[in-house]
Amino acid sequence: MPKIQTAKDLISLRQELLSKYDTAKTRIRVCNTGCRARRAVSVRDAFHKEIKSQNLSSKIEVVETGCQGLCAYAPVVSIDPVGIFYGKLTEADVPEIVAKVISKENALGRLCYSENQQSYPYLNEIPFFKSQKKIVLRNCGYINPTSVDDFIRRDGYAAISKILSGKKPEDVIEEVTKSGIRGRGGAGFPTGLKWKFARGYKNDTKYFICNGDEGDPGAFMDRAVLEGDPHSVIEGMLIGAYAIGATHGYIYVRAEYPIAVEYSTLAVQQAREMGLLGNNILGTDFSFDITIKQGAGAFVCGEETALIASIEGKRGMPRPRPPFPAESGLWGKPTVINNVETLANLPYIILNGGESYAQMGTKGSKGTKVFALAGRVKNTGLVEVPMGITLRQIIFDVGGGIERKKEFKAVQMGGPSGGCLPSQHLDTPIDYESIKEAGAIMGSGGMIVMDNTTCMVDIARYFLDFCQKESCGKCVPCRLGTKRMLEMVTRFTKGKAQEGDIEKLYNLAVSVRDTALCGLGQTAPNPVLSTIQYFRHEYESHCKDKFCPAGACRDLFRYEIEAEKCTGCGICLKNCPVEAISGEKKKTHLIDDAKCEVCGICVEKCRFNAIVPKPKKIVAEKNGN
Amino acid sequence: MKKQEQSNPGQSDGKTYPCLCDETKKIIRTRVKEILNKFEPGSRSLVIPILQAVQGGFGYVPPDALDLIARHTGVGRNKIYGILTFYAQFTTTARGKYVLRPCQGTACHVKGAKNVINYIKKKLGVNEGETTPDAKFTVEPVACLGTCFLAPAMMVNHDYYGNLDEKKVEEVLESYK
Repeated sequence: MPKIQTAKDLISLRQELLSKYDTAKTRIRVCNTGCRARRAVSVRDAFHKEIKSQNLSSKIEVVETGCQGLCAYAPVVSIDPVGIFYGKLTEADVPEIVAKVISKENALGRLCYSENQQSYPYLNEIPFFKSQKKIVLRNCGYINPTSVDDFIRRDGYAAISKILSGKKPEDVIEEVTKSGIRGRGGAGFPTGLKWKFARGYKNDTKYFICNGDEGDPGAFMDRAVLEGDPHSVIEGMLIGAYAIGATHGYIYVRAEYPIAVEYSTLAVQQAREMGLLGNNILGTDFSFDITIKQGAGAFVCGEETALIASIEGKRGMPRPRPPFPAESGLWGKPTVINNVETLANLPYIILNGGESYAQMGTKGSKGTKVFALAGRVKNTGLVEVPMGITLRQIIFDVGGGIERKKEFKAVQMGGPSGGCLPSQHLDTPIDYESIKEAGAIMGSGGMIVMDNTTCMVDIARYFLDFCQKESCGKCVPCRLGTKRMLEMVTRFTKGKAQEGDIEKLYNLAVSVRDTALCGLGQTAPNPVLSTIQYFRHEYESHCKDKFCPAGACRDLFRYEIEAEKCTGCGICLKNCPVEAISGEKKKTHLIDDAKCEVCGICVEKCRFNAIVPKPKKIVAEKNGN
Repeated sequence: MKKQEQSNPGQSDGKTYPCLCDETKKIIRTRVKEILNKFEPGSRSLVIPILQAVQGGFGYVPPDALDLIARHTGVGRNKIYGILTFYAQFTTTARGKYVLRPCQGTACHVKGAKNVINYIKKKLGVNEGETTPDAKFTVEPVACLGTCFLAPAMMVNHDYYGNLDEKKVEEVLESYK
């Protein structure tokens, strides 16, 4: 590994890498991170094998990359420079793909992105990518994350080099403040301001921590960055450390992300070997090094004071603030903790200027945001969009709309700290304040789309269950509050709720929100509060009618086949695991309630949405009396 | 701390207890000492990485290790036990050869994660947190794997599996037999 001891060394290395890089060479980019869950490893190996056996190594290069974003089509492959995208491949498709690449024939239609019966072979035409603007993800999916050369060739470490060539720490803070960037972990605190505070506290020892403890269920933005472009995070930390005067840094990664741990550890090692971490970086008196710390399975450690406690070797229990970490953090020293996504934005801000970054977004929310789009939407995956785009645009234009021909019901934003927004809010722009006004939070970026088969009471129960398990137990409002809220919501899902329970639940939720010690407890009631706000009728249905209209709470509905929609195709009958369905071909089928276990397989298989949840018969009779 | 009771695998509480004869204890202590030698002594902040290394070496944290870790780090045994039980990653009971981690994240939940757990329970006959009598599989649901685009998903040791339905779950389990 070449040593980079001055800014000149870096420029020479970059120039050398650029001159050696043949832009006309065919490169097949295979996602080797998230897509591993769907055969990417064998597809990747098949490409290597095919190219070797055909002696094409001088003409075609296989690049193993991080997340390319269109995860619904996993395993994905993009071919440069022709710009073709293929998804959902198997090893069997590989020889044909390689043959077509060489012969420059048209793309293989069956493996292309398709929408409304139209096929889009080319990346620059695919609707999913059109509204996106990749800043955080600028390298993700394009480079090999284990190659520091790839990173440097694409202006890696140019930002820290620019800073160390004469900028003062105060200048850096000024630039970051101008950009308007706010913490991407969810709280949205202005990053420049946080750094300014930390800079203001004089101490020989200061710490800079990267919070990679992405614990929100449904969020995988930080995972993608750490796995796809770990050096950008290191560079972001260098920029921040220089700005506040930090001497040592930590990257705290969840242990549940083994690839992220592996790649960030490797990246730190590479940076150290090149002299970009350690003493006298780029020939200046700025010294900074990074230690990787693995989380141990506690969601609460995403909270900054709990994270600090964890690094100190203690139980991850938050403490009251003030004092804030900027004043007294890790081992009592001034500490700044920034989210992975926030850090990955910094090289761009420094190289292009804060004002350039501030051109994007809205008045109060500058720049872009990465979202992990998941749930009942067609194009699940990783997207990066400018702030100000609407929820409708993300879900329908980028996301391709609702799958399985169902209806949009709500979008959950912000994980267990967030809220569910119904269709009347689809035109809300993505902006910290607008989302908050609507009753949710921006959060870290998890965006779960729900359709009419999702029960909102069950969703509230799901998040409370999560918060209850993850509560550290230190303060009474959270420890007891989440437990009692969970008990109450569970009663709703079992048909045991009584008159007045909705009000009781609401009041308890407000109390917990206002008295809990840390963010976990303070925001745990949000899913309850937002679902009561927008879906009160569902709570009432569960309480008064003992009926779950979405067909999710198993004790509170039965399935019925609607005669007007049933075509008598028999698919439900064939797939029922307990043989509860009977019927003749082309005649309306019938479900035997006594045998039915309400597993939902028939609903999944039915192509006509003919099977619907209905109130249980016994209860209906009672009401009839 | 409750004393580990010697028992046979396949005991009704579903947990697997390792043999605790003197021979095994000696082996455990030797290996733990080897692991500890890689870490600077007297440092409180190394307790979690040490526990992670011990768990990595044994698949669980043997209760006999606590004594040694306490002496090495200078942190009281009760405090180490407190840390160990606070973090979900650590366990004091041995796990099976393959740890199944069905994801309980939001996206997976919305796409039927409950069914995945039920299929696993049905095929293996064990509940969450339990190990099969042949010590092959342990079922350990996890809060979120970050593989939301492939919901419902699960990990088996370090491998990911997505878009699971009953048939796929069966295939995955078979492939580990």
